[in-house]
Order: sequence, then structure tokens, then C-alpha cells
Amino acid sequence: MLTTTRDLLRYSPSFRAGAIILVFVLLFVVLSFFSPYAQDERRVVPTNKPPSSEYILGTSATGQDVFWMLTFAVRNTLMVAGLAVIIGRSIGVVLGMISGYVGGTLDRVLSSLADSFIVIPVLPLLILIASLLRGQITLLSLGLLIGFLDWAYPSKRYRAQVLSLREREFTHTAVFSGMSTLRIVLQQHLPFLIPYLLADAVSGFLFAIGFEVTLSVLGLSDMNMQTIGTMIYWGNYYEALLANRTWVLVAPVVASIVIVIGFYQASIGLSQFLDPRTRLAHLQVKG
Amino acid sequence: MTLLKEYIAPRFAQWLVVIFVGVTLTFLIPRLSPINPVDQAMARLQSQQRMDPNAAQVLRNTLQDLYGVKGNIFEQYVAFWKRLLRGDLGPSFLAFPTPVIQMIGVAIGWTVGLLGTAVIISWLLGIFLGSLAGYFPDRWWSKVLEQSLVTVYPVPYFILAFVLLILFTYYWPVFPLVGGGRGTPAFTWDYISSVLHHAFLPALSIIVGATAFRFTMAKALASTEVSSDYVQYAEMAALPKRKILFFYVIRNTMLPHVNDLALSLGSIFGGALITEVVFSYPGLGYTLYNAINAADYNLLMGITLLSIVGIATASLLVDLCYPLFDPRVRYR
Amino acid sequence: MMDIVKTSNLKAYYITQAYGVQRTVKAVDGISLAIRENEILGIAGESGCGKSTLLKVLLGMVKSPLKVVGGSVTYDFYASPRDALTLTESELRATRWKDISYIPQGSMNVLNPVRRIRDTFRDFIGVHLNTSPREMDDMVRSYLSELGLPDKVLNSFPHQLSGGMRQRVTIALATILSPKLILADEPTSALDVLVQRGVIQLLDEIRQREGNTLVVVTHDMGVHANLTNRVAVLYAGQMMEEADTGTIFKQPRHPYTQHLIRSLPKIDDKSERVSIPGQPPALDNPPSGCRFHPRCPHAMDVCQAEVPALEQVGPDHRVACFLVSEKS
Repeated sequence: MLTTTRDLLRYSPSFRAGAIILVFVLLFVVLSFFSPYAQDERRVVPTNKPPSSEYILGTSATGQDVFWMLTFAVRNTLMVAGLAVIIGRSIGVVLGMISGYVGGTLDRVLSSLADSFIVIPVLPLLILIASLLRGQITLLSLGLLIGFLDWAYPSKRYRAQVLSLREREFTHTAVFSGMSTLRIVLQQHLPFLIPYLLADAVSGFLFAIGFEVTLSVLGLSDMNMQTIGTMIYWGNYYEALLANRTWVLVAPVVASIVIVIGFYQASIGLSQFLDPRTRLAHLQVKG
Repeated sequence: MTLLKEYIAPRFAQWLVVIFVGVTLTFLIPRLSPINPVDQAMARLQSQQRMDPNAAQVLRNTLQDLYGVKGNIFEQYVAFWKRLLRGDLGPSFLAFPTPVIQMIGVAIGWTVGLLGTAVIISWLLGIFLGSLAGYFPDRWWSKVLEQSLVTVYPVPYFILAFVLLILFTYYWPVFPLVGGGRGTPAFTWDYISSVLHHAFLPALSIIVGATAFRFTMAKALASTEVSSDYVQYAEMAALPKRKILFFYVIRNTMLPHVNDLALSLGSIFGGALITEVVFSYPGLGYTLYNAINAADYNLLMGITLLSIVGIATASLLVDLCYPLFDPRVRYR
Repeated sequence: MMDIVKTSNLKAYYITQAYGVQRTVKAVDGISLAIRENEILGIAGESGCGKSTLLKVLLGMVKSPLKVVGGSVTYDFYASPRDALTLTESELRATRWKDISYIPQGSMNVLNPVRRIRDTFRDFIGVHLNTSPREMDDMVRSYLSELGLPDKVLNSFPHQLSGGMRQRVTIALATILSPKLILADEPTSALDVLVQRGVIQLLDEIRQREGNTLVVVTHDMGVHANLTNRVAVLYAGQMMEEADTGTIFKQPRHPYTQHLIRSLPKIDDKSERVSIPGQPPALDNPPSGCRFHPRCPHAMDVCQAEVPALEQVGPDHRVACFLVSEKS
């Protein structure tokens, strides 16, 4: 593991870039625990002050320090996204593997269901659910919600992986030597799936961040907590654009862009490393 | 005949499944929530004016009818389908008593126009640029293109739209802040040009996001194609590069692209909705936004249902184009 | 008889570098070969001995990670000989298919699956001839019928044809412009025996009719026996022996060739077939000296230390072996 990371850092510019960005993001998250203000306390600082040496990113119309709000926002957005990824991928892995291993009608039903969820536009559904629960949504439930609607694509991919693994030589060997199915799955196949899980988790992460921002901007999440989306919402609510107080908006927007790019670059580096075909494409002639 | 059976029929069946699943979900969701829309509506109305108890009861009954919450859950489900098939999505609460279907009708043209153009342009552009980059991976422009698109790719649609909004309607006000078009709708150049003017930024926003996605896929597919036997052979015979790119590389990647288009319509649609909100573009997204703020559940449901049916059908139509691209499916 | 293509101490390696690991595969390591006008030259050897790479370099298809690190390839089709590796792209384009063409291994898949055969032919011919599509079609139609392929092939897609037909179509594609030199890479592998025979006959017919030169690369000694005039035996990127076909089969001098011949089944000979112990070496770390020495029953000390040079041991018979050169 360590040698892989070291190789990646040394030879993959994408991974390097991503890793550096992610380290900064992590720093930000850690900072949030040292914030002198709680995230839902208002009127703790003078309102609407532009960025200065005292307030690095300025203050908002609700009397909050934009910098410290941002640290919370980064933390919370990542938490929500993380939760969504865990839920979504867990469901996806389980259903995909069941589909792949059991086969038959169950497979057909599950696949058809997964295909439906892929085609069905998720945003209107999410909006519907979130509006019905308006005022009662917590960050936790938001994460769960997003996760429950993002299992379909992963489940298809894991199913495909499982199907190909089933046909491989070493599986047949294991079956013939009398290994129980569960042991085969856990011991032999799971290690193969882990690299895909990693790369796939990142894409799920990006997806979830996107949805968190979208829902929060529409006012459909826990508006007392700070997330990237809620910061933008409140910025718009208090007419930051029209009143020339753009710093409240620029901070979360820039943060979101940096975060997603960081994650994506790291995942590109990782998946290029793992996929033997792209690894070969990196070969050059020397001498 | 076999084409029909082996290809078209299963997809048709899947289309029905998608609609069934989607409609059922949309039916269940409000009914599983703790909110009773009728109570909410009643509370709202009664806070605005005093009502005598009889009138209130009549209103309650009407509302129950309208919201489809009469009877037990199975009766409601059947009634739901019946109304849906009749095209009756109930009245909007925001603009009572305008039927939801009418409000959607007004907005849908804008969304279809925006989305349709954006999808087509981004699909074609993404395939072309991506395949080009995949075929010529070592050129400088290929690397620049890839780096820039890869940077944009993970950015959520909302952020893209918002950044464009801030940059081009606020800092450099070249584009209008809100709306779909200025003046009365007519086939005059005045109106049409204002429509284009208003649609430019939202369309650009969607196109950038969708093209980045398509580009990534196209590049990967093209790279695989380049190492295929027939492309290598064509190169060996020194066929002109342009011919190889279009007829040997891109042509062979069309299938996955068509297939993926069918699958990604839902996500681009979501992007379009939120982009409309950012630019206050008078399509379904904007209507949705107003519905959220007014807690107009009928309108919300209506838009959700329509989106599901619409995207599922669009996806089916795209999928049906498959045989056009692959002679292996067309001729057995 | 003129040599139309010559290589001189050709060395072509695959050099790769990824994530800090460098690997050099010495696929062609010092091969000097002359292809004579109008002959059928066979190149024999096991898989992984560099035969396909040799063909690629002969064609001038040198793309990274393949790199020519030494030696030369000379084209001598016209008045003055030219160094193949320094030709410009447009000059190369002019020679392909018109002067040299290539029939690849596994011809099943070289036909573009989304293009009709007719269009594929138009693509390939159109590079060199400026005729109208209609005329091209006529040309193709008559050529295909000469090769025994029905008219409907033109309109078909590759997947609608059988494997054997596709092979014939590919041969037609490679030979329709009557190139002076045709390189065929394992034209009979992956085909059943009847089709193999048809392909061999077809190649021979074409050569007789058009008077071009044919180079056949295959590990199947039976094809060499049936088709070729001369055979060059390759092992691990180097040439071991080169002579006319009769001599190779009746009087092989190199131990490797001897084993190749001995391992062929013969009618009425029921004795046990013997195969050489060991396996062909991996080309990224070839044995020192004579590449064959680890598997050679007659290996001497010098074989491990030095690389034997190709020496003339008879009229038109060259061998690279210390055993032979010591004796002579």
C-alpha cells in the first residue's frame, strides 16, 4: 500500500496534484474544530464586512465570519458526501454481487430495477422528497437520501466485475477444490474489487457533493448548518450579488471547485495506475 | 423480424418498467412523508382568511379529491394512474386553479429547446473532440484540451452555471440576468435574437459540463479503437488520417456513445433544471423552483412525473437508434 | 537475381518505461537478410522469436515503443536504392500497398466491422488510384471473382462472411494493386486445414500471375515445405540458418533447424517425436552469446561467450553456429 502511494506520488502528476489539494482540504476540515464560533451562531461579528486582515474572507449578512463558516462548510459537505457514498456503494456492492452470483430471475429483476434507477432523473425525485421533509432534514438524513438514490450505476459495475470474476480460472479452481461460496467471495474476489471500489467511490463522492450543493442552494437541506450549498443559499438570500458583497459567494464557490478538482485528479492518477491498459499507454521510448 | 424481437421488444419492456417504477415511487413518496398536504393547505388558507366551518369542510373534501388522498392506499394508487393516463395532474396550488399540466405546458417548450440543443451539441462536440484527442494523444492541443476538460468535468452543474452567471452577467454584463426572451413571442428576428441571447449562457453552462463528460468517454474509447486490428491495418496501408478517424475510429465507438447518451439523459436533465434556476430561465427548472418555495406539491409531483416519463421515453428513442449505428445488430 | 529489399544488421528493440521501471525487449537483434525478386521466402521460427517485428520494420512501421537502434533497411524497387527508415510520410504512403503490402496474422479482424467490403476496398485503393468509385468497384469485383469470391461479398459486412472468406478478402485487399513485395504473417494460423490449403494455393497463384515476391512468416514448417523457395530460420531475434527450401529440409546444419525438421511428423514414420527441452527465451533478457545455447545438445563453451556470425557453408547456404564454423 505504502509503496503504491509512493509510486503514485512520484510518477503520476495527477495524483500528486490531487493529493496536495486534498491535504489542504483536510487542513481546512481540521481547522473547523478550532473555530471560535459555533456554526449556527449568528451576529457574532459585524455584518457585511469585506475581506480584511481581521476577517480574512469577510463577514456575512448574518453576522458570521466567512472564513470559519467555510471551514464548517467544507467539513459538513464532505461528511454528507461521505455518508452518501458509503450508503450508496454498500447497497450497490451488495445488490451487484447478489445479482452476479445468484443470476437467473433475481438477477434480471435487480438489473431491470437498476436500469430504471439509472434512467430516472434523480434530481426531481430528490427535490420532491426534500421539499416534503422541509425543515426536518438533517445533514445525516440528507446524506442517507442521496446515498439511497445513487446505488444503481455501482451495482451494475460490480455485477459486471463479478460476472467476469466468476468465469476466471482461479474461481473454477477454488470451486473444484471445495471452497464454500462465501469464502470464495470474501477471500478470492473481494481483493479484486477493492481497486474499483476506490476509484468508484471518488466518482460517487463528486456526484454526492454536486447533489448536496444543488439541494442546499434550493433551500432544501438543514439551513442552520454550514455547507457549501447553504452558504451560497444564504448569500443569494441576502442579495450578495446585487449588493456588491460577492465575497460571501466566491468563498464557497471556489472551495467547491478546488475540492472536486482535487478529488478527481487523485482518482485519475489512481485509476490510470490500476488499469493495465492506461498504464501501458504511458510507455515512452528512451534513448 | 428477429430485430424486433431481440432488440426492440426488450427495450420497450424496460421502458414500461422504468415508467412503472418511477410513477410508483412518485406516488409513494408524498404518502410516506409525515406531511399531510391537505392539512398544510388548509392551515395556509385559514391563516389568510376566516372561513365558516361548512365552507372549510367542503374545501377539505375538494382538496382531498384534488390531492388524491381519498380512500385507502390501493384506491389512491389506481385513481392516481387513472388521472395520469388522462393527463390530469391536478391543479397547482401556487396559481390556483390553473391546472398543473397547463403550467408545465408553458414551461416545457423552453426546457426542451434548451436541453435539446445543449444535448445534441455537447454529444457531437464531446465525441469529436474526445476521439480526436484519443487518436492524436501526443499533440500539444490534445493535451491542453484534455487538461482543461478534465478540470471542468468534476464541477457540479450548479457551480458551473453560477460561475458563468457571476462572470458574464455581473462582472462583465454581456448577458441578461434573467428570463427567456424579451418582448412578445413571434417569429421576428428581434424576438428570436433575444431568445438566443438569453439562452446563450444557460446553454453554454450545460454544454460545457456535458461535453467534458462525453470527451472523457470518447477519448478512452478512441484510444482502445486505435489499438484495434482494423485501425492498425488501415494505418499500415497509409489511409488518410481523416478517413481513419471518422470511419474507422469514431464510427466504431458510436455504439457505446449512443448507449451512454440514453443513460445520461437523466443527469443532464438535472443539470438543465438547476441551470434554469440559476439563470431564472422560464423552463421547468424555474417552475420547479417556484413550486418548492410555495410548497405546491401538485406542481412538484407533476413535474417529477413528467420528467420521469419524458426522460424514459427520450432514452428509449435514443436506444432505438442503436441498430442504425451497428450493422451487427441490423443484419444477423 | 536482384534483391528488392535488404536488411543489414538490423536491430529493433521495444523500449518501455513506466512508473520507474525500464524494460528493453530485443525483438530483432542483428538480422541481415536479402529478399530476392520473384522468390517465395519463408521465415521460420517459434512464437516470440521476433518474426512479426521484423515484418513491421520491413514495412517501415516503426512506432514507439518500437525503435530501430541499429542497422538499416533498404528498398530497391526502382532505379536507386533507398533507406526505408528515412522515407518521409508521403513517400511511405506511396510505397504501401503499391510496392509493399502486408497480410496480417489473424486476418479475421482487420476488416472494419462497420464498413461494407466495397467501401473498405475503395478506402484502400483510393489512396493510390484516382479513379471513380464505380471503376474501383468494377476492378474489385473482377479481382474477387478471379480469387473465387462471389459478387455479394462486395455488399456485405465482415461479420456476414465466414473466416475463410474473410481471409481471402484480406489477401485480395493486400494484393489488388499488384505490389512488388507481399509480406504474409502467419497466413494460415487459426484456419482449418482445408482453408489453409486454399490460402496457400491462392498465394502461389497470385505470385505466379503477377510475378511479385512473397515473404511468408510462419512457424508451420509444412507451409514452408509446400510453398517457399528459400527459408530463413529465426530464433530469439537472430537468424540461425538460411538456405533454399530443399536444403533446409534435407541437410539442415544448425542444431535448432535440425530439431525443427525432426519434429515434423512424417507418413509411415512411427518413431517418437522428440522436442527440444526448455522454452524460447524471453527477449528482454536473452541468453549471452548464441541465443540457442541453453537448449542446444551440442553447446560448447564458446557458444555461451560469443555470438556466432552467419557463415557461408554452401552455395546459397548460411549458418550461424560455432559447430559448423569450427568444422569448416
